[in-house]
Amino acid sequence: MLDTTLPDFLASDAQAAERDAVGPGPVPLTLDVNNVSHSLFIEPKTTLAEALRDSLDLTGTKVGCDRGACSACTVWLDGKPIAACMMLAIDVGSRKITTIEGLAHGDELHPVQSAFIAHDAVQCGFCTPGLVMSCAALLESNPTPTIDDIKAATSGHLCRCGTHPHVHDAMLDASRIRKT
Amino acid sequence: MTSADTRLQKYPVGIDSVSMAEIERRVPAGEAPPLPPNPQLAVIGKSIPRINGRAKVTGAAPFTVDVKLPGMLYARLLRSPLPHARVMSIDIGAAERHPGVRAIHVINDVVGRAVETTGQNTPAGTSGRRVLYVGDPIAAVAAVTPEAAQAAVDLIKVDYQPLAFVVDLEDARKPDAPRVFAHPVHGESFAGGNPAGTALPQQGNVRGPNKSGSRGDAAAGFADADVVIEGEFRTQVQTHCCLEPHGLVADWRKDGLTVYMSTQFTAGIRAELAAAFGLPLSRVRVIVDAMGGGFGSKSSAGNYARAAVTLSRQANAPVRLVLDRHEEQIDSGNRPATVQRLRVGARRNGTLTAIAIDTYGTSGVGLGAGIGNFAQAIYDCANFELVQSDVFINAGPGCAMRAPGNVPGAFALEQTIDELAEKLGMDPLTLRGRIDLSAVRREERRIGAARFGWNRRRAPGSDSGPIKRGLGMAQSLWGANVRTNSACEVRIFRDGSVEVLSSVQDIGTGIGTVLAQVVAEELGLRPEDITVRIGDTEYPAGPPSYGSLTTASITPPARNAAYQVLRKLIEIAAPSFAAAAGNLAARAGRISTADNSRSIGFREAAAQLPTDQIGVVASRSDDYADFARKMGDMASAQNALGGVQFAEVAVDTETGIVRVERVVAVQDCGRPMNPLQIESQVQGGILQGISYALFEERILDRHTGHMLNANLEQYKILRSRETPAIEVHLLENYQGMSATDAYGIAEPSNIATAPAIANAVYNAIGVRLRQLPMSPAAVLAALGRIPQRSGPT
Ligand code: FES
Ligand code: FES
Repeated sequence: MLDTTLPDFLASDAQAAERDAVGPGPVPLTLDVNNVSHSLFIEPKTTLAEALRDSLDLTGTKVGCDRGACSACTVWLDGKPIAACMMLAIDVGSRKITTIEGLAHGDELHPVQSAFIAHDAVQCGFCTPGLVMSCAALLESNPTPTIDDIKAATSGHLCRCGTHPHVHDAMLDASRIRKT
Repeated sequence: MTSADTRLQKYPVGIDSVSMAEIERRVPAGEAPPLPPNPQLAVIGKSIPRINGRAKVTGAAPFTVDVKLPGMLYARLLRSPLPHARVMSIDIGAAERHPGVRAIHVINDVVGRAVETTGQNTPAGTSGRRVLYVGDPIAAVAAVTPEAAQAAVDLIKVDYQPLAFVVDLEDARKPDAPRVFAHPVHGESFAGGNPAGTALPQQGNVRGPNKSGSRGDAAAGFADADVVIEGEFRTQVQTHCCLEPHGLVADWRKDGLTVYMSTQFTAGIRAELAAAFGLPLSRVRVIVDAMGGGFGSKSSAGNYARAAVTLSRQANAPVRLVLDRHEEQIDSGNRPATVQRLRVGARRNGTLTAIAIDTYGTSGVGLGAGIGNFAQAIYDCANFELVQSDVFINAGPGCAMRAPGNVPGAFALEQTIDELAEKLGMDPLTLRGRIDLSAVRREERRIGAARFGWNRRRAPGSDSGPIKRGLGMAQSLWGANVRTNSACEVRIFRDGSVEVLSSVQDIGTGIGTVLAQVVAEELGLRPEDITVRIGDTEYPAGPPSYGSLTTASITPPARNAAYQVLRKLIEIAAPSFAAAAGNLAARAGRISTADNSRSIGFREAAAQLPTDQIGVVASRSDDYADFARKMGDMASAQNALGGVQFAEVAVDTETGIVRVERVVAVQDCGRPMNPLQIESQVQGGILQGISYALFEERILDRHTGHMLNANLEQYKILRSRETPAIEVHLLENYQGMSATDAYGIAEPSNIATAPAIANAVYNAIGVRLRQLPMSPAAVLAALGRIPQRSGPT
């Protein structure tokens, strides 16, 4: 027999994986989205983007490429922006998901959302939810971003309409408002 | 027009920053009175935040991809994996038996490409048609899940007889090249760059020459010239890459068809589907709310929408068909490639004596790969010769993309004009001042040069280090298009609420916001008081969102409808406060006499309506001084739209990387309705222009016919890091031509960018790049640092 001995740390991972193997049929899982816990029964291959859009009807999260190239599907995983099309819902575990629907506090918009409206950082709006999530995450971690910080934080986002200049204006403004 | 149903009115005319005057026009009696220049208005011309901004930043805005109907099925398309093949047989048996499959449709009639006039695509003795490119749709399946639909698509057995193919533009022109079409073709100019022509010669894959558009005697003009500049320019295929993919939900029922579709033209889709399925217009309804970008590619129903409707009819259920990103790249249209040979002759003082352009291009299996009317119309030159041909290759058909024709056309001509200026020892602005008769662009050059700091421009290649900076400029020209078949209703309700309704759609330009502004201005209300209902053919048929004609087509009828319905309200309400109706106007939420001595609240007036609501439908009247051209529903205004753009670049001569650092754009669109939204569109036009100039290129594998970068990671598009500082200045150019005097901006803002960058690159390095994209490899090759690429791929 072939020697398949793995280093200990990998061997235990592999055993764990086998023990935990699920699917291809639907499995139960819970997702904490926008501070609400949802029980789902979905196939393990379901991406987080699909779970949000198709199972939870949270269609604010948009899918532009479904392979990590456009960032339209950006949501927060424990407060950090991720591409929801590149993560399986089953891998989220107990971590908290925040989507564009959960960013405002009731009727009160997040400052980034208000600044996007004021500066018209929106054209067709398809990239907007993802951009807003990345911009809001930047502001949470860095209340006074420079233009380069803003460009870096949004560098993965494809906006075919070309809202970038107004996104930059909106972000600089939002950070000023935060400061005062 | 008889004088009984017309009246004379004085309109403000002129460019705000130059001088204003008045002109008297005879206008139809129902027209709203002349609108003063923007500074005197309350709502129009103000940067009102877009009315659906909140919905878009909160994720609430419903896009077509978000539509979910009860019992909805999911469709997928089977597409040809071969660039050219005869379909010998199609076996759908296994697919039909796949669990969850509800309908299968084999596509026999295809649209959106050139069509053979004889022989057709289904030769006798075979059971199917010829597929002409990788991605050519063959069949469609609807099933209860997207996975089941895809599985069934994979189970369809197609027996292909592969045929010789060609995907390279130069290869395709050779006499012995494999033929894309065996017979003469006809069809529409979907790519929009040149007229499709009726009876053009066709040799091999080359259809043309089409010489329409020529004037004068070019040979005589060149004989007259002191200098002649010649050059060959190549532009690449660009794909639209709308972030929301093409898609629809088709819901066929006994009493009619409803289609939710990501489209630029609800009324056009209604007409197209009604004709295709033999339905009356009254039984087809097309709806789009939020719409994720089109740029020309979502103007017609195409094969995919026909397939979805057919499946819905077969399955008796709503069907959702949304293309994936790969399909978007290979079969949702593209901007054709061009090869343009230019000759420009001039006298020593700069006067142009002749322009001759010989151009061919490829729109894949479609028509229209020409260079538009840019060179034909922008400069004063009596002798103009244009020879255009379409070359067929086995690739997805092109279609109109933001300023079709004029974008590649300007890239070539504006560089040639700069070369001429250099040869004549003239500043590029001075030369343009001599050959460009447009007073609007003259002012745009003046403003732009001052804002940009054109006087900083040095001799080409002045920087000594490896990074060289340069300044360049270029101009834009685009028709001021209007669709007269554009209507709109304004309603006033008894509680004082107001609605504006039209099937016109908001594809991201903010036309809904502009309609609210127009109606609010006329009724003396605030934009937020107006309920805007658009994007639904249940409302009066509005214009498409293409050709930069939407604002010009729909804002005048919106204002006239508001004006007329207000007159009705005033007639009803005037007696209640003892005022003469003729002398009343609406402002600041009230209806008042001219001297403001007596007034009534708008709501109070509305409360007197004898019915719950009153409404007026108005449609686009002709421009007051007539159109330059009118054909059916379409017209062009007398004066074209323009713009001038200035670009500052830094070229790294070691890596070949071009960075655009700053762009200054001065644009005109008649009366600017919402400057902030217009600025957004201009920024978008510029960024797409930079992306076209530096990054984008469809790459086809000449051995397999497949697109090698059919995604968004290898098909490079400008993003935030490549976004330069952009300054936009808008001219207010009043012409007294319609009730709003407003025209479009989307396309004119996309034309000058690439040539302005190319001229700046030349100014930086002293070497001219005549090929797009100006990639690092192209720059290094131009500098002689690496070998030239051997022909386009
Ligand atoms: S959809 Fe997730 S990155 Fe494009
Ligand atoms: S606003 Fe249209 S893609 Fe960004």
